[in-house]
Amino acid sequence: MGMTMTQKILASHAGLNEVKAGQLIEADLDLVLGNDITSPVAINVFQGFKETKVFNKEKIALVMDHFTPSKDVKSAENVKQCREFAAAQGIVNYFDVGQMGIEHALIPEKGLAVAGDCIIGADSHTCTYGALGAFSTGVGSTDMAAGMCTGKAWFKVPSAIKFNIVGKPSEYVSGKDVILHIIGKIGVDGALYRSMEFVGEGIKNLSMDDRFTIANMAIEAGGKNGIFPVDELAVEYIKAHSKREYKVFEADPDAVYDEEITIDLSTLESTVSCPHLPENTKTITEIEKENIEVQQAVIGSCTNGRISDLRVAAKVLKGKKVAKNLRCIIIPGTQEIYLQAVKEGLVETFIEAGAIVSTPTCGPCLGGHMGILAKGERCISTTNRNFVGRMGHVDSEIYLASPAVAAASAVAGKIVRP
Amino acid sequence: MKAKGSVFKYGDNVDTDVIIPARYLNIMDKAELATHTMEDIDTEFVKKVKKNDIMVAGKNFGCGSSREHAPMVIKESGISCVIAETFARIFYRNAINIGLPIIECEEAGKAIKAGDEVEVDFDTGKITDLTTGESFMGQAFPEFMQKIISSNGLVGYINNK
Repeated sequence: MGMTMTQKILASHAGLNEVKAGQLIEADLDLVLGNDITSPVAINVFQGFKETKVFNKEKIALVMDHFTPSKDVKSAENVKQCREFAAAQGIVNYFDVGQMGIEHALIPEKGLAVAGDCIIGADSHTCTYGALGAFSTGVGSTDMAAGMCTGKAWFKVPSAIKFNIVGKPSEYVSGKDVILHIIGKIGVDGALYRSMEFVGEGIKNLSMDDRFTIANMAIEAGGKNGIFPVDELAVEYIKAHSKREYKVFEADPDAVYDEEITIDLSTLESTVSCPHLPENTKTITEIEKENIEVQQAVIGSCTNGRISDLRVAAKVLKGKKVAKNLRCIIIPGTQEIYLQAVKEGLVETFIEAGAIVSTPTCGPCLGGHMGILAKGERCISTTNRNFVGRMGHVDSEIYLASPAVAAASAVAGKIVRP
Repeated sequence: MKAKGSVFKYGDNVDTDVIIPARYLNIMDKAELATHTMEDIDTEFVKKVKKNDIMVAGKNFGCGSSREHAPMVIKESGISCVIAETFARIFYRNAINIGLPIIECEEAGKAIKAGDEVEVDFDTGKITDLTTGESFMGQAFPEFMQKIISSNGLVGYINNK
């Protein structure tokens, strides 16, 4: 029986010729990732192992991104614990303020994830690297600790849903609209325990940044991972960012899928997720009629803080002003993206429009800092979750959208199309 | 091994942000962190929960963020077992890895009501609602996961290897 792309990567990392959906395996890891919230818990767990050294100093990445630059004393203590652990263990890929970025924007940029890798991260959006043809998935802190110790993780081999991507999207329809549309279609548990494998001729019309955004939100459909085939564009990206060897895995022609769903990019509109679940999607045509006023717009996060996201936001904001009494917060994903945005004049455009530009941080996405919502406030956001209380007060609301829609809505003061 | 207690009931898609909001994730002390368990959807939970109580929920329990703090605070608050129609996969892993007993059972997740007295037998997977007399069969863990649980979590399992 044929294997899916994910199954082939898992089989190769478990030293097996073949795996089947449902099989429990132990796989070798190419990277173990953690952040300033999950790593302190993992470090505490790590101290409980008989083994006192990490399995490989180069295959662990600790990225201080959630509550950094440290928002309070407790957060500062947590980062300090990570910093000291990294130094004591000789961990090469430790990223603190000045080098850090939002982890899932940073890791591909630093060349730490390539095609064919098997990666775990104590952050649910670790599934982002599927865009590069890697198997990568989110785990908890105990799994991270075990991964740091042994270089291995246990997995139940997933079955998969195949998404046939066809057609070409119209202007301002981006990867965010594609994945929100898919989550709206299959629901927040539509891919529970399963892989989401994206294939088809339409993939060529999706930029790498679009693909990162789509793979990033596989978890929002309950997926174990999201994965793309490794085409010329992906190879070009990997070669430009990494010196590591990569390996291309392809699904077998007779691979078995639980379901096959066709997504025609040419029929998609800008899509918005309404409170309080990502599956509550509406098209921009539907939602414009509702005249939904917003008090804040956030453009950034591991989902949409990449350079093409900032470019489209700048295109929409150029020569305009954000609405009176609206806060527009723009957060480049990494230092490199930030610098690029400065060089291209995007930052100037943002500031002239009345927006603010922050150092890279997850900050407002999870209600940490840098833009918390008050009771009754509403935010249009390019982040990934609109759960109750996610960005602040339990009685605040988050609408998820693309950078183009968020920027246009920042100008209008209500949710509108670009 | 058995669990017996009264039930706190929740709906579908209970996410880890409401189980333990991110604004508290800089707190490393488990007991202090647990005083905020479920507060964004149920302010009464921490006031009313007693040792050995049981949590019952609908589909996709524990979805969203991978924070292990979520099963950690549920365990810390005294809950002896979580029964749900389905669990989100990262929460499922985390619960096993830290030794919080969980059972997937669609019928139990639908039928059991808040305040019912429920007994769970982990060896057989049998869930009994002592208030209504109904019983349900939950899905037993595969052998590999039972080994992790009997080693008191993943750390013990790896150390014993």
